[in-house]
Amino acid sequence: MSTLDLNIPISENSIRALHVGDAVRLSGVMVTGRDAAHKYMVETFIRSSSVPASERPLYAELRRLLRGGVIYHCGPVVRFTPLQPSPQGGGEEGGRWHFVAAGPTTSIREEIYEPEVIAHFGLRGVVGKGGMGPGTLQACREHGAVYFHAIGGAASLIADAVKEVVAVHKKDEFGVPEAFWVIRVAGFPAVVTMDMHGQSIHDEVEAVSAVALKRLIGQR
Amino acid sequence: MRAGLDDLTEHFIELVRRASTDLQADVEAALRAAQAREEPGSAAAGALEAILQNVALARANSTPICQDTGTPIFYVSHPLGASTRRLRAQMEAAVAEATRRAYLRPNAVDPLTGRNSGDNVGAGFPTFHFCEWGEDRLRVDLLLKGGGSENVGAQYKLPHAPLGAGRDLEGVRRVVLDAVYQAQGKGCPPGVLGIAVGGDRGSGTAHAKEQLFRPLDDVNPVEALAALEERLLRECNELGIGPMGLGGKATVLAVKVGAYHRLPACYFVSIATMCWACRRASMEVQDGEVAFT
Repeated sequence: MSTLDLNIPISENSIRALHVGDAVRLSGVMVTGRDAAHKYMVETFIRSSSVPASERPLYAELRRLLRGGVIYHCGPVVRFTPLQPSPQGGGEEGGRWHFVAAGPTTSIREEIYEPEVIAHFGLRGVVGKGGMGPGTLQACREHGAVYFHAIGGAASLIADAVKEVVAVHKKDEFGVPEAFWVIRVAGFPAVVTMDMHGQSIHDEVEAVSAVALKRLIGQR
Repeated sequence: MRAGLDDLTEHFIELVRRASTDLQADVEAALRAAQAREEPGSAAAGALEAILQNVALARANSTPICQDTGTPIFYVSHPLGASTRRLRAQMEAAVAEATRRAYLRPNAVDPLTGRNSGDNVGAGFPTFHFCEWGEDRLRVDLLLKGGGSENVGAQYKLPHAPLGAGRDLEGVRRVVLDAVYQAQGKGCPPGVLGIAVGGDRGSGTAHAKEQLFRPLDDVNPVEALAALEERLLRECNELGIGPMGLGGKATVLAVKVGAYHRLPACYFVSIATMCWACRRASMEVQDGEVAFT
């Protein structure tokens, strides 16, 4: 099986060329976002009539990063290394973050938000595990996006592909796992399991297992 | 406990580090065997290969196998006279320090404010089960249970008409297969199923989680349960859900079933689903010596 290299931001044509089962390596800047981040984006930016002034800088930054970009359902383990020596005693300015463990979290919890996030920000890809539902599949079709499946639990392996933590937003408010981490990745391994042509490996596997279940427990 | 071992905090930190970064040999062997059975070149084989690489890397670097380091669940068996209050304080201190050392992700979130406590200590967090036993040594078993697999755990009450499940082991078989089907790839298969038949809603759930400490290749001493475990393992893997839900032969690595007495009116089946990263570690303290397994 050959592996395709994709650079973020990704063009719609590159997305159109992808089909379920394709193995990819992603490189460029992506943003982590999970439960609190999705709720926040939808409530603060998408469904609200006006974005509060305090949230506008982050809104502008996310629009810039996510246009043609990729959101990663991930709550990492991070480590902070202070710069040495640190005469000021160091705050978070005086050091850098890095990802110690960074596998995907279960994506289906974001199903109620993801179609709106894809449409609003112009996402080309969602990275997670376990697959998503019909709303996201439809949004992928309409807006030219795919779902990339990363290996759940392969946290140390994936952390190796995270080359730099560029920035972090909402860390204090949402906590480390739920913050928006802006990361530069190189050769991030994933497989396309939902494409923009309406195909979903998750739907196929569920259908196969439903037949097997019926055979195993039969009918009363 | 003897003098010199009054403060076990540093040893508890090591217990956490081992659980988070060093997958037990029986689990790794089961993953390797599962990989050998998948079709070469398939998504299932690829997923298991990545998993095995990750296990080796985490061990070599002493970094978490999975970023979701889960709820630390401590089962403590202690001799007569041990202070569970002090042990608890030491384990909480160890968990906070292990979080600072990045062996654990800060995972304790206040459900009312959404605030993360930052050190894995909070109301009812971590989870502790203390039990006095007849031995003169202290034993601590730790399970790190991630949220993805916890979310797909289930509790059924029998009878369950839609599944045609009555109040017997055949009924248990039916609901367990349904739970694994419902979970699909969301709980990071192939993992371990801990099942408790009976008990109340609380004791059943705790007993189901206790099953996850059993070595994967042990045989249940209760013949009927041993037969059920074997059959469920075979049938769960006939569902075709496969590693990470991408399709394939390995959906479950092992099935472990315990039974508690139940009320006449109640028949619960509690299912604790554990992901492939079945992170458990144990330590024993006796005669001034600390041993990890």
